[in-house]
Amino acid sequence: MKPIIFSRPMTQVIPMLAGIIAMAGLLLASCQARRSSEAGAINAQEAAQRVYVAPGKYDEFYAFMSGGYSGQVSVYGLPSGRLFKIIPVFSQNPENGYGYSEETKPLLMTSYGFIPWDDAHHPELSQTNGVPDGRWLFINANNTPRVARIDLKTFETVETIEIPNSAGNHSSPFVTENTEYVVAGTRFSVPTPQQDVPIDSYKKNFKGVLSFIKVEPSGDMDLAFQVIMPGFDYDLAHAGKGKSKDWVFFTCYNSEEAHTLLEVNASQKDKDFVAAINWKKAEAYIQQGKYHQMPGTYYDNRFDTSTQTARSFVHKGVKVLIPAECPGLVYLIPAPKSPHGVDVDPSGNYIVANGKLNADLSVFSFDKMQQAIQQKQFDGEVNGIPVLKFDATLAGIVKSGGLGPLHTEFDDKGNAYTTFFISSEVVKWKLGTWQVEDRQPTFYSPGHLMIPGGDSRKPWGKYLVALNKITKDRYLPTGPELCQSAQLFDISGDKMKLLLDFPTVGEPHYAQAIPASILMPQSDKIYSLANNRNPYVTKTEKEARVVRNGRRIDVYMTEIRSHFVPDNIEGIHLGDTVYFHLTNLEQDWDAAHGFAVEGNRDNAELLLMPGQTKTLKWVPQRVGVFPFYCTDFCSALHQEMQGYIRVSAPAEQVALSWSTGKE
Amino acid sequence: MKTLRHIMAPGKKRIAHVFMLGAVISSVFIYFFPLWKITLYAPQYPQGIRMYIWIHKITGDDAYTLQNINILNHYVGMKDIDPHAVPELHYFPYALAGIIFLGIMAWLMKKRWMYLAWAFVYALLSVMAIYDFYRWEYDYGHHLDPKAPIKVPGMAYQPPLIGVKHLLNFTAISLPEWAAGFMLVSIILGFAAFICCRSTSVKEQINHHDLLPADSSQASVLLHH
Ligand SMILES: [Cu+2]
Repeated sequence: MKPIIFSRPMTQVIPMLAGIIAMAGLLLASCQARRSSEAGAINAQEAAQRVYVAPGKYDEFYAFMSGGYSGQVSVYGLPSGRLFKIIPVFSQNPENGYGYSEETKPLLMTSYGFIPWDDAHHPELSQTNGVPDGRWLFINANNTPRVARIDLKTFETVETIEIPNSAGNHSSPFVTENTEYVVAGTRFSVPTPQQDVPIDSYKKNFKGVLSFIKVEPSGDMDLAFQVIMPGFDYDLAHAGKGKSKDWVFFTCYNSEEAHTLLEVNASQKDKDFVAAINWKKAEAYIQQGKYHQMPGTYYDNRFDTSTQTARSFVHKGVKVLIPAECPGLVYLIPAPKSPHGVDVDPSGNYIVANGKLNADLSVFSFDKMQQAIQQKQFDGEVNGIPVLKFDATLAGIVKSGGLGPLHTEFDDKGNAYTTFFISSEVVKWKLGTWQVEDRQPTFYSPGHLMIPGGDSRKPWGKYLVALNKITKDRYLPTGPELCQSAQLFDISGDKMKLLLDFPTVGEPHYAQAIPASILMPQSDKIYSLANNRNPYVTKTEKEARVVRNGRRIDVYMTEIRSHFVPDNIEGIHLGDTVYFHLTNLEQDWDAAHGFAVEGNRDNAELLLMPGQTKTLKWVPQRVGVFPFYCTDFCSALHQEMQGYIRVSAPAEQVALSWSTGKE
Repeated sequence: MKTLRHIMAPGKKRIAHVFMLGAVISSVFIYFFPLWKITLYAPQYPQGIRMYIWIHKITGDDAYTLQNINILNHYVGMKDIDPHAVPELHYFPYALAGIIFLGIMAWLMKKRWMYLAWAFVYALLSVMAIYDFYRWEYDYGHHLDPKAPIKVPGMAYQPPLIGVKHLLNFTAISLPEWAAGFMLVSIILGFAAFICCRSTSVKEQINHHDLLPADSSQASVLLHH
């Protein structure tokens, strides 16, 4: 039999041949693509040398990664990817008693009560003149809207502030150029103020509130004002810089204002928006009294470093601005379908909005936007907010060929780097030419990416970290749950080079990094005992004591290598509540002590740094003699660092007494 | 040599006077710098802990160093180092003030024997002070609490007076500091003041007789003696 192909008329053969040739062409092209990506890769030995930090040597950068649903921040070294510390922020941490000790419990207080967990997404370093300055790190709580401030001298959470009238605090906490404000935009629109209404009254009752938190020079945060926006979902934000420093940009999706099956119903319109807010104008409107007072109870919890204690301040009412009443306050820029990240380049002129259901990136120009505003190139309005013409504001489109662009950061050489979630890659492109320069696969599905200083005016464009969502096949399996992971790329050359995979804590959403040379010299080594103004401090062993006040027992106890004073306590009765006020008398770097007592039903342990005082509440459950001990291997005689507390029945006549070293 | 001596000759008495003033000033500096430094290195203290002994106090790298050293020392039963419990730190500053006073007297009176006596007494007192320091080190290192948690038979923890010594996990380095240098300079200048004058009176006469015609300035030197 003759092959079928020859029996067919030539008219059919030609298109078939053309098809085969096209296939071959595609194969060739893909081979070339693979080869070029291999050219970007480097061998394992070279990569190892690039990330290897020899024993006793320091990393070049500190990286702060959000712990996602762990509610924490983890601190890594770059380029080694070594984990240094986990800073508890929105979650209780049994490791050091954060959220268990009486001093830190107030940091987790909200208008809903004590909430010991949250979902933390975006760490953000404080900036001066648009450059990370190493004073503080901010991070948002997504679930119960809050913003926290971490002091980078101690790497401890020192403030949490609740955001009223907000839900899903996702577009947060991005800072303005001199950390004048931290923003907190709501991801979910909700009835504002909250009330019991039918969900299908969404379009009528639901609003999206964008909050501006003022940051004092001391670092203290205050909710300054809110802007009541249409009931969209506000996804991400970034403040302008340089010429655009007075502005903050928010992406929004669900401009359809759907309230059910959003994956379909919020994906109908071809364009959603970038909301541009002029915070300088907002300040002026507030000063002119053009605000409304809206209800809203919220907590501001501040950790006072001199008393080593957090206190909660409850605030009621908030100033709100309504855009329709405040011309020039807000403009909407149409952006391709369901934009996610909104990122401003180091010059402050280009605003990159990535349509996450799109293949291309739209880059807007701040200059063009200003021009469009002046020339009133509007395309209608929403709730009294002018919508600018898309073409009038567009600087360029990056035709990438990838799928699902999410986030963009910048280097110091005029390049931008964008993650593509669906096609699982990082794409490098040039500002101005909008041409793709390089692309590297990630493993797998990257969300945010981070370049040290990559969202500031001065990127330290040496490394790029891709924060991936999936790790299948990359690590040893650990049951159904695999580790979370990040990947480090060298971006110092023309081509990105993958250097390192390293596992991370929780699901890291975003990260920030800063040269070690900025943070290292200012890091505190101890807490000064002399300056410890905790009301329950015990500064010398002579002052150690036990005080009864009705059913309350206050134990003023000291710790030093390797004993407690007192270490024998008697005269406690069932029904008493014991407060152990521990003070670590050490003034030596890294001389920490712990404290734990048996049968502590409601609490964890304490971990005390040198000079710190912390209080653990203990309600004895049984009659007996219960040991307490140091939990941190502090010295050669750490195992001897222990004591006993005796609990007697209420009827027993046991006098209150305490001692150490009495045989 | 002859020429140099020749040039200096007219002012030798004056140079002795300057030396003596230098000796006094150098002694004043002793108040402002540590005399001795003991550095302790251990695996747990890679940057080392430094203790400074001054004429009137004991200090460390920071306000807490002594407390930290005492915490470490208590494991082997050493007493707390408490500067308030060291009487020398109270009267040494006065002793030094006395020496400075005597130095000023010698300087004012411009007597050779006084330069010598002053330098001699000063040197003697300095040696005694160093011996006293040694005695303290000995006491701290040898008189240990019998109930100490860590007891190593035959082990004493006396740091070296000068030099390096290994004490369990610690390497102790003891070295003089700036003030000790000023003290030494003072004493040397004191002796120099004495020797300088002597050379003027004795050698210049020889020089004069053997080689040189007397000139007016030399004559004035000779006249003084
Ligand atoms: Cu301990």
